[in-house]
Amino acid sequence: MPKDPSLRKVLLIGAGPIVIGQGCEFDYSGTQACKALTEEGIEVVLVNSNPATIMTDPEFASRTYVEPITPDTVARILELERPDAVLPTLGGQTALNVAIALAESGVLDRLGIRLIGAQLPSILMAEDRSKFRQAMTEIGLRTPRSVYVTEIEQAKSVLEEIGLPAIIRPSFTLGGSGGSIAQTAEEFEEKLAWGLHLSPRGEVLVEESVLGWKEFELEVMRDKADNVVIICSIENFDPMGVHTGDSITVAPAQTLTDKEYQRMRDAAIAIIRKIGVETGGSNIQFAVNPANGDMTVIEMNPRVSRSSALASKATGFPIAKIAAKLAIGYTLDEIPNDITRSTPASFEPTIDYVVTKIPRFTFEKFPQADARLGVQMKSVGEVMAIGRTFRESLQKGIRSLETDRYGFEEVSADDAALETMLREPGPDRLWAVGEAFRRGRTLAQVNAWTAIDPWFLWHVSEIIAEERRFVVPATRDLARAKRAGFSDRRLAKLAGTTEDAIREERLRAGITPVYKRVDTCGAEFEANTPYMYSAYDQECEARPSTTKKIIILGGGPNRIGQGIEFDYCCVHGLLGLAKDGYETIMVNCNPETVSTDYDSSDRLYFEPLTLEDVLAIVAVEKPQGVIVQFGGQTPLRLAVSLARAGVPIIGTTPDAIDRAEDRERFAALLTKLGLRQTENGTARSVDAARQLAERIGYPVLVRPSYVLGGRAMQIVHDTVGLETYMREAVQVSPEHPVLVDRFLANAIEVDVDALCDGKQAVIAGIMEHIEEAGIHSGDSACSLPPYSLPRYVIDEIERATRALALELGVVGLMNVQFAVADEAVYVLEVNPRASRTVPFVSKAIGRPIAQIAARVMAGKSLAELGYTSEVIPAHVSVKEAVFPFVKFPGVDTLLGPEMKSTGEVMGIDREFGRAYAKAQRGAGMDLPTRGTVLVSLRDEDKAAGAGALRVLQEEGFKLVATAGTATYMRERGLDVQPIHKVRDGLPHTGTLIAAGEVSLVIATTRIGDAAAVRDSAAMRRAALEAGIPYFTTLAGARAAAAAIRALRAGEVQPIALQDLHPV
Amino acid sequence: MSGPNDEAVLVLSDGTVYRGSAFGARVEGPGEVVFHTGMTGYQEILTDPSYAGQIVCMTYPEIGNTGCNPEDDESRGVFLSGFVVRDHVDFPSNWRSRESLNQFLARHNVPGLSGIDTRALVRRLAKSGAMNGLIAQAPFELAALRERAAELPSMAGLNLVDGVTCKQPYEFREGTPWSLEAPSTGKRYRAVAYDYGIKRNILHELVNAGFDVTVVPADTPARAVLARKPDGVFLSNGPGDPAAVTYAIAIVRELVAARVPIFGICLGHQILGLALGGTTRKLRFGHHGANQPARDEQSRRVMIASENHGFAVDAAALAKAEDVEVTHVNLNDGTVEGLRHRRLPLFSVQYHPEASPGPHDTAYLFRRFRALVESTHA
Repeated sequence: MPKDPSLRKVLLIGAGPIVIGQGCEFDYSGTQACKALTEEGIEVVLVNSNPATIMTDPEFASRTYVEPITPDTVARILELERPDAVLPTLGGQTALNVAIALAESGVLDRLGIRLIGAQLPSILMAEDRSKFRQAMTEIGLRTPRSVYVTEIEQAKSVLEEIGLPAIIRPSFTLGGSGGSIAQTAEEFEEKLAWGLHLSPRGEVLVEESVLGWKEFELEVMRDKADNVVIICSIENFDPMGVHTGDSITVAPAQTLTDKEYQRMRDAAIAIIRKIGVETGGSNIQFAVNPANGDMTVIEMNPRVSRSSALASKATGFPIAKIAAKLAIGYTLDEIPNDITRSTPASFEPTIDYVVTKIPRFTFEKFPQADARLGVQMKSVGEVMAIGRTFRESLQKGIRSLETDRYGFEEVSADDAALETMLREPGPDRLWAVGEAFRRGRTLAQVNAWTAIDPWFLWHVSEIIAEERRFVVPATRDLARAKRAGFSDRRLAKLAGTTEDAIREERLRAGITPVYKRVDTCGAEFEANTPYMYSAYDQECEARPSTTKKIIILGGGPNRIGQGIEFDYCCVHGLLGLAKDGYETIMVNCNPETVSTDYDSSDRLYFEPLTLEDVLAIVAVEKPQGVIVQFGGQTPLRLAVSLARAGVPIIGTTPDAIDRAEDRERFAALLTKLGLRQTENGTARSVDAARQLAERIGYPVLVRPSYVLGGRAMQIVHDTVGLETYMREAVQVSPEHPVLVDRFLANAIEVDVDALCDGKQAVIAGIMEHIEEAGIHSGDSACSLPPYSLPRYVIDEIERATRALALELGVVGLMNVQFAVADEAVYVLEVNPRASRTVPFVSKAIGRPIAQIAARVMAGKSLAELGYTSEVIPAHVSVKEAVFPFVKFPGVDTLLGPEMKSTGEVMGIDREFGRAYAKAQRGAGMDLPTRGTVLVSLRDEDKAAGAGALRVLQEEGFKLVATAGTATYMRERGLDVQPIHKVRDGLPHTGTLIAAGEVSLVIATTRIGDAAAVRDSAAMRRAALEAGIPYFTTLAGARAAAAAIRALRAGEVQPIALQDLHPV
Repeated sequence: MSGPNDEAVLVLSDGTVYRGSAFGARVEGPGEVVFHTGMTGYQEILTDPSYAGQIVCMTYPEIGNTGCNPEDDESRGVFLSGFVVRDHVDFPSNWRSRESLNQFLARHNVPGLSGIDTRALVRRLAKSGAMNGLIAQAPFELAALRERAAELPSMAGLNLVDGVTCKQPYEFREGTPWSLEAPSTGKRYRAVAYDYGIKRNILHELVNAGFDVTVVPADTPARAVLARKPDGVFLSNGPGDPAAVTYAIAIVRELVAARVPIFGICLGHQILGLALGGTTRKLRFGHHGANQPARDEQSRRVMIASENHGFAVDAAALAKAEDVEVTHVNLNDGTVEGLRHRRLPLFSVQYHPEASPGPHDTAYLFRRFRALVESTHA
C-alpha cells in the first residue's frame, strides 16, 4: 500500500517548551517526521512554540509557526494553511491534547481536515482510563482495579473499593503530573484534591497499587495492513511505584523467559489492535508479579513517547521516522531498514548489547521539594549507555550523568539512613544499593528493602565484589575490571592513585576499548551505518576513514542550565561542517537528542563525555579538530585536559576560555580594555568574604566559582544573610573560593551573542532582559531587538562586545552578559562559547549562527561566509522561560539568581506587546483581557508600578492590593481596593485567589530578604496552583500590561517564519 | 565466576581460536557453529533437537538470566554439541526457575563457553558461512584441536534424524496454557506426527487446535500410518540435511499420493518439497532467530517468524514442480518460507509457527491445518 496521494499538505504539532515529562525527545521525533514527510514531497506545516528545537528551523518545514500550541492558535493556523491532515502523534501529550480539542470542537470537521496516525476514538480509548480498562477486560487482559473520580466527595467510597496504598492519577496530564501514592486516608484526600485540580478535565483515576511488581514496556508499531512489530522491550530496574521516566531502565527485558515475554508480546499486539491505533508507534506498560508471574496492563500511549525515543536509540530502529511514513499510507515491508539498507523495516530489531537509561535529577535546585520518587515524574533529563554486559552498560551510564560520579562511589549515610535510602526510592538509591553490598548486606535483605529484582542486584553486588578484588594486589586484574565497565577514574580512587596513572598503565598493557556497531540485527547483516559504542572486547568495527574530519562533543544529559539549546548548536555545527566537506563525528550520551540520531552526523559514538571516553575515541579517529564550544559546560570542562593530552581543540583556545572564566584574569582583561565591571572579589574564607562584602557594600551577589546555571548563587543584603549563606549553601576553602560581586539593584540585564573569526567580530543578537538584574538570565524573558534601551547604550554594548571578542581571540561564538544601571554599562560575564540563546537568536534574525560558527572554527572567515554585519530584524522576538514548579508542591515560585527553568518559548510579532503576549501564551500564561488584578508590591517597586497599574485600570481591570500598595496607589489617584495579606487574617489574598475572583497576580518581593519571601510565598503558590497568570517582578508586570493593551487592541495572528525571513 | 583453571576454547575449522571460560559440562563439543539472534528462549533452543550436531552461539550477550525449568524443555534432552555466550549469568532470577543454566548444561553433558567476543564470531560466520568447530577445556593442545576441527564432516549430506527421533510411537494429549487464544472446544481429529526431532510445543499447538496426536518414529512406513486412519499427517522439524533422509522422502511421496492432508514445518517442509519434486540447498549461515520477516504472498501480510534452518527449498526447482506454489517468502533474502499444492490438501512452512522460542504471529497455521482437515471431511 503506497503513500496516500490525497495527502499533499500535513500539519505537524510539536510538543512546545521542555518541561519535566516532556523533554527534547519530541524535537528528535518531530525532526525525523519533518524529514520523512518532506522526503515524500509532502508540504509540512509545523507549529511549535519552542525555538530551541531543530524542527522549527525554517528549512525543516514549508511553513513554520513558532506560535503557542493552543487549540485557538492551531485552529487559526489551520484556517490559514488548510492542510489535508493533522499528524498529532509525534508531539507528545501536548500535541495529542490539542488534537483532541480540535476534533471535539468540530474545527477539523468544519475545515474538512483529517487526523492521521491516530483517530479520536482510539486516542480517547487509550487516554480515558475507564474506557481503557473496559477494553482490556474485553480482550481478556487484567488491569489494576481502578475507579474514576470527579468529585472529592467520592473519596470515602472509592477508598473502600480500592484500598491502601492507592495510586492517584489525574487524567490528561504530562509525565503523570499530580500523580501520587497515598499511604493513609488523610493523604488520600489531600492528594485526590490536588489531582482533581491538575487534570484539565477535573478527573482522577484511583488505582489499586501494584507497588514492587516488576515493570516492563514494549514499543509497538502497526501499519495500515495490520502488520505489527515490537521494536524493543524495556525492563525497569526500579520496580512499580517509581514513574518510568524516573526509573533506571534496561533494554532488552532481562528476567522474562521466552514464554513470559511472548505472552506479553501477544498482549501488546492485542492491545494496539483493540485500541485501534491505525498506524505508528505506541508504548505499552505492563507489571508482572515477581512471585507468580501474574501480568497486568498499566497503560498505553497511542503516540510516540519518551520511551520510543529511547527505543529508537537503543535499537537503531527510527520509530518516529517510520511512524510518519506509516501515517501517510506506507506499510512496513515497503520501507527499507536504513541501517542494513538491504532488509525491510518489517522486522523486529535484535540487539547484542545491553542498554541502560539513567534519569538525571536536579533536586539541588529545589531544596524545598520532596526528593522521594513516586508516580509523578521529577527528573529533568536522562543518559543512555550501551555496553556488552549489563555491568558495563550500567557503569558507563553512571559516568555519563555528570554528577561527579564515576562508578559506585561510597555513600556516607549511617546504616539507618542507608536503609531509608533503600526503602524510599530517591535519586541516589542506585549508589545506596552498592553501599549496602559494600557493608555486607545480603542480596535477600536488599531485595526486601527495595523490591529491585535479584538479577539486577546480583550484578551490582558483582561490581562491588570486583572493587574488592581490585584493591588486593593478588587479585587485581585491570583488564577484567575494564571489561566490567569500571572507569579509570573510579579505579584510580580505589587504588589510591591518579586517573592518569591508571590510563598509562592500561595503555602500556594494551588494554583499550574497541568499537562495536549498533545494527538492529545482531551482526546477521552488514551494518552500513556507523553508529558505535565502546566495549572491552576483541574486534574493533570502527573502521575510521582517512578523510578530513571533525569531532563535536555533545552536551550530555539535559539538566536545568543546560538543555536542548546546546544540542541545537551541536546539530548546526554538524550541518555547517558537512557543507565544508568535513566528515562529521558526534559524541554524546543523551538519547532524547537530535544529535544522537544516526543520520545527524557521518559517524556517531554513543558514549559518556568523560576525558577517558573522549580520548579513546580521538585515539581511534585521529580527527583534524575537536569542537568543545557547542555542548555547554560538559565539553568545556574537558577542554584543558584534552588540550594537555594533545587533542586538537579548534575554535577559541582553552587559554582564552580560562581567561574569561578565571575571575582574576578576567578583571585584568576588562581593565586592559577599559570596560566597567561591578566591584567584586574572591574570598577563600568566611572572614575574607565578610570583609569583602563590607568593602563592596550590600547587597552583594555571592556564588561559588565555576558554576553552571547559577548553582548556589544568592543575593544577600546583610552580614547575617552572608553568614547563613556561607554556612548552609557552600563550603568555602582555598581550593573552592566564593565570588562576591556588588549587586546592581534595578539594573537592566542584556545578553549579547556574537560571532568572531579572530579578526572580525559581528554582533548576532542583542537581547534586553525583561526581568531586572538578579534574576538568572536563563529564567528571564528577553526581547530582541531591545525594547527600551537608548541608542548610545546599545552602541557602547556593541563596542564592548567586539573589543572583548577580538582581545580574547574568539574563533566561533561568544556570549556576553551586561548590566545597565544609571546609564552605565557593566560587563557581568563573558562566555567564549555557544550560549543558551543561540537558537533563539538564529530564529529571530533568520541566520544559522551556530553553523557559521562551526565553519569559522574550521577555518573559514566571516567575510567568506558573507556574515559581516549585524542583522536587525523588522519584527520583535520575545523569549520566555518555562518552569517546573507545578511538579514540586510546596516549592516557592519566586525567581532569583539560581536558574530554575527547564525550557523556553518564543513569541514573534510586529511589535513588543504582541510578541510578549504570544510568548506568555506559549508558556501557558494566557494573559486576561478583563477581570481583577491582585497586586502586592515591595516598596522599591511602588513608584514604577503605578504606571503599569494605570494602564490596567484604563484597560478596564479592577485593582485589588495589599494594604501598603493599596494606600500608595490610592494616593496617586488609582481606584484600588485593599485586601489582607495571608498572615493578617481572613479574607486574604489566598482566599480571593481560591474563590476564582482573580485573573492576574502581580506580586514582587525583595529577593534575598528571607522574611519577606516567606510571607509572600503562599500567594505565589496559590496563583500557580489556581493556574492564574502571575508576575513576580515589576518589569514582567509592566511588559504584561503592555501586552494586555496590545491584545485588547486586536487578537494576535500567527506568523510563519518563512514570511519573516524570505529565502 | 571462573578462575584461570576454567579456561576453554572454541577452535574453528579454519584454525581461529576464541579463548574464554568453561561452564556446563567439561567435555569436548564438536559441531557446526551457528548463531541464534533471539534475545529470549535459550532453554527452548538448547532442547530443540534440530540443533543436533551444532554448536550454538547466542548473539544476545547476557544468557542464563532466567535459569531453566522443566516446563520449557522442547524435547527429552539436549542434542546440540556446545553452547557459546558472551556473559554467562550464573544467577537466575525467575519464579519458574528450578536450576541454573550451568547446572542444566552439566546435567545434560553439554559444554558451555563464555567470555569470548561473540559478536566477532558471529560476524565471521555471517561473512564466511557456517563453519565447523569444537569446544574444549584446559588443559588442551591447540594444534591437535585445530586438526580435529578441520577434519569434522560437513553438515551437507548428514542424516541426523536417526539420532533424535523417538523409538516407539506415543500418544500426546496435552495443550499449552501459554497461548492467548483459547484451545479448540470443537470436534477432535486424529493426527499422526512424524518425529524427525519434533519440538513439544508443536504437539501442544496441535492439541490446542483440536487434534489427538500419535507421534511415530521417522521411518514408520506410510501404510502403517495410513492404517491408523489419521485425519491428517504432520511432518516435524529436525536436524541435518533433508536430502540425506531418503527414506522419509519416499514415505512422504506415498502419503501425498494417498491424498491425506499434510502439514510440514522446517525439515518436514523441506522433505515435503523434495517429495513434490523440488530440491534443497544449504544456506550460507542459515536463519536462526526470532525476528525473521516472512510475507504471505497472497495477503501481503508480514509475519515475524521464529526460524532455525541451515537448508532451504530451492525456489527455481519448485517452480518446475507441477501445481506447487510458493506461499511465503523471507523478506531479508527472498528464500522460500512456505509452499502449498494447488489441488492436493497439503502445505508447509520453513519457519516455526509453534515459536517457542519466538513470536506467536503464525500460530494460526495450526488452525489452518485443522480447517484443511475439516474441509477434506466435508
